[in-house]
Amino acid sequence: MRNAFADELTKLGNEDSRVVMLSGDIGNRLFDKFKDKHPSRFFNCGVAEANMMGVAAGMAMNGLRPVAYTITPFVTTRCLEQIRTDVCYHEAPVTIVAVGAGLAYSGLGPTHHACEDISFLRSIPNMVVICPGDAFEVRGALRAAMQQDRPVYIRMGKKGEPVVHKGPIVDFKIGKAITIEEGSDVCLLSTGNMLPEAIEAAHRLKEKGISAEVVSFHTVKPLDEDKLKQAFSRFKLVATIEEHSLIGGFGAAVSEWLVDSETQAKKFLRFGTPDAFFKKSGEQEYAREVLGLTGHQIADKIIHALS
Amino acid sequence: MNVAVRNTAAKPDVAALKAQAAKLRGKIIEMSHKAQAAHLASSLSCADAMTAAYWHVLNIDPKNPTDPLRDRFILSKGHAAAALFATLAMKGYFPIEELDTYCQDGGRLAEHPPANLLPGVEAATGSLGHGLPLGCGMALAGRIKGENYRVFALLSDGENNEGSVWEAAMFAAAQKLENVCVVVDYNKWQATARSNETLMLAPLRDKWAAFGWDAHEIDGHDVGALAEAMQNIPNGSGKPVALIAHTVKGKGVSFMEDDNNWHYRAPTAEEVVKSFKELGLS
Ligand SMILES: Cc1ncc(C[n+]2csc(CCOP(=O)(O)OP(=O)(O)O)c2C)c(N)n1
Repeated sequence: MRNAFADELTKLGNEDSRVVMLSGDIGNRLFDKFKDKHPSRFFNCGVAEANMMGVAAGMAMNGLRPVAYTITPFVTTRCLEQIRTDVCYHEAPVTIVAVGAGLAYSGLGPTHHACEDISFLRSIPNMVVICPGDAFEVRGALRAAMQQDRPVYIRMGKKGEPVVHKGPIVDFKIGKAITIEEGSDVCLLSTGNMLPEAIEAAHRLKEKGISAEVVSFHTVKPLDEDKLKQAFSRFKLVATIEEHSLIGGFGAAVSEWLVDSETQAKKFLRFGTPDAFFKKSGEQEYAREVLGLTGHQIADKIIHALS
Repeated sequence: MNVAVRNTAAKPDVAALKAQAAKLRGKIIEMSHKAQAAHLASSLSCADAMTAAYWHVLNIDPKNPTDPLRDRFILSKGHAAAALFATLAMKGYFPIEELDTYCQDGGRLAEHPPANLLPGVEAATGSLGHGLPLGCGMALAGRIKGENYRVFALLSDGENNEGSVWEAAMFAAAQKLENVCVVVDYNKWQATARSNETLMLAPLRDKWAAFGWDAHEIDGHDVGALAEAMQNIPNGSGKPVALIAHTVKGKGVSFMEDDNNWHYRAPTAEEVVKSFKELGLS
């Protein structure tokens, strides 16, 4: 996803002279093209994320379209006060781009995990929260964010994830979920880098004669309420899938919506990370397996819930 | 007061420390190769400071890792975890074979030092800028409880970008935390650029001095000088001590030295052999 981000950013930089890139001393060579073309609009802000976010807000308040980028915990929790007060309170159009969502950097340990960021950021007024499901959604989200006049948070995976969409998403809209596969029995609402696992789960379910719809619910705030209404009325089971804590994340947002909209869920399952730090060494695939977040484990749980 | 017994008189055995540092570098290189993990150059950069601390300075007992009177060492630049893991294993905190589980699924050795999991690791680090505030708290806890242990924090130069480092620096000076010593691994490189082209650190010694510290520049690969300066804490100045250690990133292996590609790169089997030759290891 991060290569797609850098590439799309370079294009946006060519099209719009207000686009400024701020990086927190990561992404070795990732932004070489952008730097090459727009040397005066690239800033390595160092290992100083709070300052980076304040600088981005100041730029945005004065007509620029800054993108602030580093590893997820450092571009969210490390500078949360600056995001809340400098960016969101001022409605400054800063686009915050995070790499390494959820357990993407599992091997680096809990300091580099990010399973709480959706919760923190979606509770801040004026913030939009987008979790792209693949590289094409990253491109769509970044382009859409730049057209907004407000803060946007884009939560990316890392690199080399499976690409789900066949090509560029021409009508990517913030707050409008994308149906990836149609189905009739259960509906899998996936956000962010869990999309390939959701698709895998749907295929496993199909083998068992269960027809599953897969939706890339890329925007967690604002929620696509039409999609939610349809899902809860049409399907006998709805599941939310995310690589984020069950506290405060996408599934929690949908739960809140259910209660507030007085919608009756027939069956509702939430897949996410538990209320615990994942301390074991190991890569993302291993972490997902331990936490029951792989496609086949999700499918098994759904089959069990339906029986 | 519970007074920790310290062997302050002993002069460092420089030859032995040098040999130990080479062994430590060898272990780090092996681990990086086996796990194909990043941050090799970052770990080699601070190998001499780690050696001075663990093989001469620290008042510690690997058999009693939670001794309340032990000196505390915090690897604030947590991305050099390989250096810490290798050091702790070589000191006997856990079996040396466990180093083979570095970055392996299900193990205790992820790429940054964990919290409450591995004996000898005083604090989980990896998010830069946390070690010194934690260290100040540890030092004050010692003061309040009447335990005169010392607290060492090893910081990277890029870490000096973080505001939290300077908040802690002013705090430590105001509290006259003379049992606190910071070693800055000043290798002039960060993750993606030269340190002084990223944020202006220079003049780094003067900055620490201006923040109220007894600040000194030191050759960060002179293991004897490091050992003496660190062993001398508290040094009678009445202030916390900052050692600005001039280092070379990737130190010890000619083709890694000052080449920041090795911030991310891991060596091939062939490169491991070459490195061992240069380090005088077999
Ligand atoms: C708060 C925080 N921001 C960003 C990072 C990502 N990161 C890891 S190492 C590093 C910089 C490395 O340079 P330096 O700190 O000078 O250490 P060196 O490896 O050169 O010794 C960065 C930005 C981090 N670990 N923590």
